[in-house]
Amino acid sequence: MIQVTVNGSAHRFERPLAVEELIARLELAGKKVAVERNGEIVPKSAHGVTQVADGDALEIVVAVGGG
Amino acid sequence: MAKGDELVVAGRSYSSRLLVGTGKYKDFAETRSAIEASGAQIVTVAIRRTNIGQTRGEPSLLEFLPPSQFTYLPNTAGCYNAQDAVRTLRLARELLDGHKLVKLEVLGDPQSLYPNMPETLAAAKQLVGEGFEVMVYCSDDPIQAKMLEDLGCVAVMPLASLIGSGMGILNPWNLQLVIERVGVPVLVDAGVGTASDAAIAMELGCDGVLMNTAIAAAKHPVMMAQAMKKAVEAGREAFLAGRMPKKHYTATPSSPTTGTITSSQPKAA
Repeated sequence: MIQVTVNGSAHRFERPLAVEELIARLELAGKKVAVERNGEIVPKSAHGVTQVADGDALEIVVAVGGG
Repeated sequence: MAKGDELVVAGRSYSSRLLVGTGKYKDFAETRSAIEASGAQIVTVAIRRTNIGQTRGEPSLLEFLPPSQFTYLPNTAGCYNAQDAVRTLRLARELLDGHKLVKLEVLGDPQSLYPNMPETLAAAKQLVGEGFEVMVYCSDDPIQAKMLEDLGCVAVMPLASLIGSGMGILNPWNLQLVIERVGVPVLVDAGVGTASDAAIAMELGCDGVLMNTAIAAAKHPVMMAQAMKKAVEAGREAFLAGRMPKKHYTATPSSPTTGTITSSQPKAA
């Protein structure tokens, strides 16, 4: 079991997983998002190979209306 | 619009000198209609955490305003220090497939939303070093504006009055000092309330105007967007045309002074 923080909230997964799988598990697959892991950008091209480990902090963002 | 008169930012030309925000509309359809009516080609967007578990099937802004049709200008609204602003724009660049043109704003406090200039300068330096093309919200201080230009910012965007206040152009003198001092485009960002404010900014010689609330919070946003488009164009043309000099306390007739049928004329005092 691992625990990671996504957008400030705790999420538990039964095992370490890749960013791509995490996105799918959070029902964000296919959505245009950008991901930061422990303060570093995870490029889209690396979503499949970047593993999320216990204690990681992730930010997943989208574009919204703003001035 | 005067022929061939384009706004050039970071080497790209835009026929519209009106930049608009995409916030505060009642829905994406209204956002789209208002932005189309404004004729804006550059639109600002904010970068925010996605709602996890609540967004399935929800439309996204990018579907209503395709990045292929508009130049996106991701902003750092809500950032109060350089580090948060830099992080936000790195995420924006990743989100928008390597897009480099950004709007930097580092705020001082939530009451005034006035720019924190030391943090703004620090963030600008960092972002320019990382290859971003930085359009920067700043105070209407010509010295700071020049510092931002010297750091490599592609446009400086002083506030005309507080963000979202609609109080208009409060210090045209300072705006003029900024316009005279810097070589990069100067855009008024924040404070425009109605069409005449936008026209005044352009008449002063600003290269463009960026607004959001003035359109979105109007009773009829689409109509206001049209009005702003005309105001920016009218103000720009008036600037290019070169206004007549003001003659204080002196009238000059527009019609011939001879050949009138009047029998007498009062003497000048």
